[in-house]
Amino acid sequence: MTSGAVSIRQIYKAYGSYKALDGISLDIAAGEFLTLLGPSGSGKTTLLNVIAGFERPDSGSLLVDNTEFITRPPHKRDLGMVFQSYALFPHMDVFANVAYPLKLRKADSSTIQAKVTKALETVHMAHLAGRRIHELSGGQRQRVALARAIVFEPKLLLMDEPLSALDKNLREHMQIELKRLHRTLGMTTVYVTHDQQEALTMSDRIAVLDRGRVMQLDTPRAIYDAPNCKFVAGFMGDTRFVPVERNGSDFALGGQPLKVRAAPAKSASDIFLMVRPERLRWHGTPERDNRIEGNVIDVIYLGDSHMVSVELPQSTEISIRHTGAEATSLPKPGDRLALWMTPESSVIIEGARS
Amino acid sequence: MTMAETHMPSIELNTDVLQRSRRKTGLTFIGLSAPAFVLVVLVLIIPFAWLAWMSLYDASGALSAENYARLLRPAYVDSFLTTFKVAAIVTIVCVVLGYPVSYLLSQLPQKVAQILMIFIILPFWTSVLVRTYAWLVLLQRQGLINTWLTNLGLISEPLPLVNNLTGTVIGMVHIMLPFLILPLYASMKTIDPILLRAASNCGASPAQAFRQVFLPLSLPGVATGVALIFVLCLGYYLTPALLGGGRVAMWSTQIADMIAKFANWGAASALSVVLLVVTGSILWIVSALFKAASVTKGGV
Repeated sequence: MTSGAVSIRQIYKAYGSYKALDGISLDIAAGEFLTLLGPSGSGKTTLLNVIAGFERPDSGSLLVDNTEFITRPPHKRDLGMVFQSYALFPHMDVFANVAYPLKLRKADSSTIQAKVTKALETVHMAHLAGRRIHELSGGQRQRVALARAIVFEPKLLLMDEPLSALDKNLREHMQIELKRLHRTLGMTTVYVTHDQQEALTMSDRIAVLDRGRVMQLDTPRAIYDAPNCKFVAGFMGDTRFVPVERNGSDFALGGQPLKVRAAPAKSASDIFLMVRPERLRWHGTPERDNRIEGNVIDVIYLGDSHMVSVELPQSTEISIRHTGAEATSLPKPGDRLALWMTPESSVIIEGARS
Repeated sequence: MTMAETHMPSIELNTDVLQRSRRKTGLTFIGLSAPAFVLVVLVLIIPFAWLAWMSLYDASGALSAENYARLLRPAYVDSFLTTFKVAAIVTIVCVVLGYPVSYLLSQLPQKVAQILMIFIILPFWTSVLVRTYAWLVLLQRQGLINTWLTNLGLISEPLPLVNNLTGTVIGMVHIMLPFLILPLYASMKTIDPILLRAASNCGASPAQAFRQVFLPLSLPGVATGVALIFVLCLGYYLTPALLGGGRVAMWSTQIADMIAKFANWGAASALSVVLLVVTGSILWIVSALFKAASVTKGGV
C-alpha cells in the first residue's frame, strides 16, 4: 500500500486583490491526522479544495507520495472526501451512493457488494443500505458520506467541516468515532474545521491558518499550551490577554515581577500574559506563584459550576470557574478577589507578529 | 400560576372567541378565492359542459352519437395521427436544442445568464402571428434562405421549406422553445454543483459526472417542459395553418374547418371534446408516471 504522505510547497491563490492562500507550505506524514484550523476566510477550505483538485492555485506544488498532483484533474487523484453538505446523490439509495466510486473503478459486483457492506458496517449503517437519501437524518447522511469516501480505500481522506451540521451531542460522539476510525484504517486524514475543540480532540497535529498563512503547525498540546502568537492564543480556549510591562529580560504585572515559563525572544512592544479560566487558581503562595487581583463584576450560573468574572486594574476582564470543590466560598459581585497562576502556566504572548 | 389554576377551566377558556376567529379566517379564504372560482366556472366549466352537450346533437338537432362515429373516418384518424406526429417531432427537436442551452445557462455566472435569458424571453414579447409570417418570408421558395443557399451554389433547386411539415415544425419549435428552456433552467439551477464535485472526487470524469449525476437530476425539469410543449402542440392552430400550407391537417385545423366551412357546431364540438380528453389524459398519465418514478429506487 502506498503511504499517503503529502507535501505542500508555496501555494498561492488570489481572488483579485484578496489573497486566499498566501504561500502555504506544510508536510503531512503518512497516516497522520492533520487538522486545518482557522476562522472563516482563513483559507482552510480553499487549501483543502486545492488538495482535492477543485481549485487551481496560482502557483505552488502539491506532492502526494512524491508525485506532482498540482495539475491532475480531481477524478484522477484517488482521494476520498467528505463534504460539509455531505453531497450525497439524491437519485441513488444509500447502497448506490457508496457503490458509486467502486462502479467507476469497474469493480465486479461481488467485490462491490462486499466492500460496500464492509464500509457501511464500519459506519454502522449497513441496516439502512436500501434507504433513500432524503429518508436519512443528518447524522446518518454524514455516515453514508464517510462510507462513500473510504469505500475505495484511498490513501488520503479529506474532510471539510463534516460535523458542523450536527447537533452538539452527536458531534461529540462522531468526533470520537472518527478518531477511532482513523486509528483502524490508518489513512492520512486532512480535516478542516473552525471548531478548536474538535481540532484538539481529534488531531495528531494542527495547522492554525489565518488570512491564507499557516500561523502555527504543531501538536494540539503545544498549540494550546504554547501558542506562538496572539492570534493562535486567542483562537484556542477562552483566552484573555492581560497587558504586562517588560523590565529588561523580565516581565511585570502592575509593578509586581512575573515568574513565567516561556518568553518571546524578540522585544515586541505589545506583550501580554495569556490567561485562561482553567489556568487560574483560587489558592497560591506569593513566593512561588503569580498573584492577580481585581474586582468581581459578575457571577454566572452554568449548571456544573459558576463563572466568576473579575475586572483587573488594567481594565481587562478575566474569569475563573468556581466548581464548589474549592476551599473558598463563592464570591459576590463587588468583592475584591486575589487569584493565582503557577509559573508553569504563565505564558507571555507577543501582540503583533513581526 | 400554580398547578391548581392551570388545571381548572381549561376546556371552556376562550372557546367561542377562538371559534369565531377561525370562522373569520375561513371566510377570508373563501372571499379571496371567490373571483377566481367564479371566473373558472363561467369561462371554463360552463362552456365546456355546453360544448360536450352540443357534441351529442347531429345536424338535424336530434340526440345521437353521429358526431363521434364520424371521427373514425380515415381523414380524421389521419389528422389525429398527424397532430401527434407534429407534437412529438416538435417536442423532440425542442429537447435536443433546448437542453444544451439550459445547461449552459445554468452553469454560467448569474449575471451573464440573466443577460442571455433576455434573448430567450424576447420572442415572447413578439406576436406569434408576426413571428410566423416572418418565417414565411425566410422559408419560402424565393425567400432569404433559399436565395442564399442558391447563390452560394449549395443547391440548384429551392428547398421545400414551407407549406409542408418542415415549415410547420420550424415555426412551432421557435415558438415552443422558451417553454422548454425556462422550466428546465429553473430545475437545473436547483442541482447542487457540489454534487458534481462529489462525483469527480469519486472518480467520475466530467462526462461521467454529467451522465450519471447531472442528467438524472435534470429529468424532472425535462419532463415538465416536454409535457408543457406537447400539450400546447396538440391544440396549436396558427402556425400549422400558416406554414403548413393546408398540407398539415392538425386536429385544430379540422375544428376550424368544421365551423368556418361547414358551420357544423356539433361535429366541431365532438372534435374539441376528444382533444381535451386526450390532452387531459396525457397530463394525468405523465404526473402518475412521475409519482411512480419518484417512489421507486434509482441507481446508476
